Amino acid sequence: MFEHASKAVEAALAAGASYADARVVIRRGERLSAQNGELEGVGNELDAGVGVRALVGSSWGFAASSDLGDDAAAVRAGAEATATAKASALVAGRGLELSDVAVVEDAYETPHRENPFDVGLEEKVAVVVDATATMAAVDGIAVATAQLMFWDTEKWFVSSQGHRIHQHLVESGCGMDATAVGEHETQRRSYPQSFGHVETGGYEVIRRFDLPRHAARVAEEAVALLDAPACPSGELDLILESSQLALQIHESVGHAIELDRILGWEAAFAGTSFLELGQLGTLRYGSELMNITADATIPGALATFGYDDEGTPAQRVDIVRDGTWVGVLSGRDSAHLAGLPPGGMVRADGFNRMPMVRMTNVGLEPGDSSLEEIVAETKHGVLMATNRSWSIDDKRLNFQFGCEIGWEVRDGKRVRLVRNPTYTGITPTFWSRLDMLAGRDEWHPWGVPNCGKGQPMQVGHTGHPASPARFRGVRIGVTG
Amino acid sequence: MDPDTTTLEQLADDVVALITERGAAKAGGATVEANVRASRSRHGLTRFANSFIHQHVGEDTATVAFTVAVDGRTASSSTTRVDVASLRESIDATIASAVEQPVDPHWPGATPPTGVAPRGAFDPATAEGDPARRAGGVRDFVDAGAGLTAAGYLDTEASWEAFASTAGHRAADASTRATIDGIHQTARSAGSGHATSTRLGDLDAAAVGARAADLARRSEDFVDVEPEAFEVVLAPEAVATMLTFLAVYGFNAKAHLDGASFAELGRTQFDPAVTILDDPTDPRAVGLGFDAEGSPRRGVTLVEDGVTRALAHDRRTAGRTGATTTGGAIPGGEAFGAVPLSLRMPGGSTSPADLVAGVERGLLVTTFNYVRVLEPKRQLTTGLTRNGTFLIEHGEIGQAVGNLRFTESFVDALGPGRVLGIGEDDRLADGEFGPGMVTCPSLRLARFAFTGGASG
Repeated sequence: MFEHASKAVEAALAAGASYADARVVIRRGERLSAQNGELEGVGNELDAGVGVRALVGSSWGFAASSDLGDDAAAVRAGAEATATAKASALVAGRGLELSDVAVVEDAYETPHRENPFDVGLEEKVAVVVDATATMAAVDGIAVATAQLMFWDTEKWFVSSQGHRIHQHLVESGCGMDATAVGEHETQRRSYPQSFGHVETGGYEVIRRFDLPRHAARVAEEAVALLDAPACPSGELDLILESSQLALQIHESVGHAIELDRILGWEAAFAGTSFLELGQLGTLRYGSELMNITADATIPGALATFGYDDEGTPAQRVDIVRDGTWVGVLSGRDSAHLAGLPPGGMVRADGFNRMPMVRMTNVGLEPGDSSLEEIVAETKHGVLMATNRSWSIDDKRLNFQFGCEIGWEVRDGKRVRLVRNPTYTGITPTFWSRLDMLAGRDEWHPWGVPNCGKGQPMQVGHTGHPASPARFRGVRIGVTG
Repeated sequence: MDPDTTTLEQLADDVVALITERGAAKAGGATVEANVRASRSRHGLTRFANSFIHQHVGEDTATVAFTVAVDGRTASSSTTRVDVASLRESIDATIASAVEQPVDPHWPGATPPTGVAPRGAFDPATAEGDPARRAGGVRDFVDAGAGLTAAGYLDTEASWEAFASTAGHRAADASTRATIDGIHQTARSAGSGHATSTRLGDLDAAAVGARAADLARRSEDFVDVEPEAFEVVLAPEAVATMLTFLAVYGFNAKAHLDGASFAELGRTQFDPAVTILDDPTDPRAVGLGFDAEGSPRRGVTLVEDGVTRALAHDRRTAGRTGATTTGGAIPGGEAFGAVPLSLRMPGGSTSPADLVAGVERGLLVTTFNYVRVLEPKRQLTTGLTRNGTFLIEHGEIGQAVGNLRFTESFVDALGPGRVLGIGEDDRLADGEFGPGMVTCPSLRLARFAFTGGASG
């Protein structure tokens, strides 16, 4: 496939591009879903094709073709990428340049023990059918669903600077939820987290999370929530379990530090950022406990790879150090424009999408406490777990989250279950109130498999390691 | 570029024949059924930011998607490798997958022959997707906001699709869509504009840009107001977001079967002024004449004069409830259910200016942003205003205000007594699920709960 990609790059250069790269991508996906003890569907997907990127002046041109039959389609795509970029001259800006990266010929494969596509369908079907049957058997559960999802991606990357990189990425994930329906509302509980949890790795990920073993508890909690009192309202201490904190990081840090947003490249749809480059190194993002890194090398985390889709090696980058903003997520063009080193954070959702800045594993480094210690030291607050809804403004400042379940904490003890817990805040104010953080034993590399960004919308896979944490004086229980 | 689908029709027929042949070889003696879609999508996208074009994209993708049932055991696949050898490999794997599974209790059988009239919403010039023409539209948008910073996109999309089933059903159609959507920004504010049509030539990029620029300039000196429940006038994009959420999560028959929908058929759940249709017959509607199951997309009255009348069905939910499919099946939607793909709220007779003139004190909202469901059964949602929010005082648009967060039930917001006026400005508007799905006007609503502002 390297030859196919090379032909596309050569055609783009011949048409006048100053730089070009091409990715041949073959991505296989499998998804199983069940509801109430019945298999609902088995879906297989194969996306294969070549995507070519050509730089002319201030604009990228991109062309993609699903035709991998011969070199002619690749040549056409290369020429079209450059022609499209040239058409941009009608509304041109300042010329783009790329930061230097090492030119390599290399290969990378996700470490995995069991290829998920080699595991028999019968075994996979049993997982989702059994888990949903167990949940549905709990009195009061109306809908119980479960999913398994797998991706196997091969990429061949070639650049006009000489890169030749082959990668084989394997991702496996699972999720389930139980919904109890009351007269006026529904209550839902999920496991391991809402939207399902995905890691890089093989079928061993599914075995480790063992859906059937947790099914009864998940369903019983959903039913119990129907009769639980509403979450209290007011400025209280907020304790977040790690998967909700992972989404908090994703929305209020991960997107805010994307350099393309900061530079205004995504202003129309995804939005911009409250961060300005002039504040880098001085802006107070949060308390001293806040240490955020973007690390594409964490074993098993969802956004772990060998090279990004520009051929930049995976790396660990400091984003927030002791509460101060010190880093961004970048690609070669945005980094050059900002005068920063390239971070290796540009990826595309398949062969037919233009690569863009995406989060890698943007996580909160662990502290030295524990969830139980945090609860024990809280006078009045709410412990919230598992995301139910998320909303944040286009500058990543004003957010509101809802969680599936909460427990009111008084005088160091969980005193009662509460339903419909929500909290709201402003990003730097919220993070300044981080005062307790659990340790590495409770630190988990949560994966978000559904991050939407770009036009047309690209779905990204991102990782967010986190451990439970406490935030003081947060506005809790917003009901409208 | 023309709307000819002959090649795809042949491909769909070939895949049906191949599935029949491979089914006999791999699952001899079993009944093998299949639904097959062969499609081609040609998409051109011109993105701009900081007032220049920074990403310019062309994509041409062929896809074959099929569902196979072996003695009622189903599996689905889609692939962009459409040569015979690759298709044979994919078909064999899918049949092998189906054989290993339990019987699918809700499989409605391969789609039987049903009359499908192509909508013919196809414009050759739009399908051509000339990047220079798109760039020209972007220039018009940018130039309409002198001194401002523009961002957005102009795209063209053409879709050709053929459907074939082992039951003998055949359907084919082609469609086009073009959209310009963008913002103009000052240092403190932004305003937006949007237009979608089946024809690129219908888009007036300069007018859309001028609207965005006007909103941005008028919002420059915004002040923050305390959140509270306001009377509101919602522009079409904000209304489109509400209708989209109601449709996707409420008028979806699968959600209704699961007990997660607000919809109660025959009950007055909305203001008598509210009528909501799934209306592929509207000449402005975008899309093909059939759905992912090959069923004709039918016109459906979802809400009539405030009374919830119907739901969107695919063949699965129709089979479970004794209803008829409305043609709302979406690709891969077996678990999610059907969606009304051409939502329409008919326009009224009041100009947007007169909607505002009736408000003593309230807010004018241009768009909502990042809306999410807090509680599906009540459609309790949260989100923010964006791209132009203004106080209305004594019937006049006044001071611009900072973006506000709302926490509101979309069912309650349109409930009995709450709809005070319907604009005459109905058009294709962008909800949160992409362009071309909703046609709606501005609305004046009696109450909308805002729960947060700049300070949280």
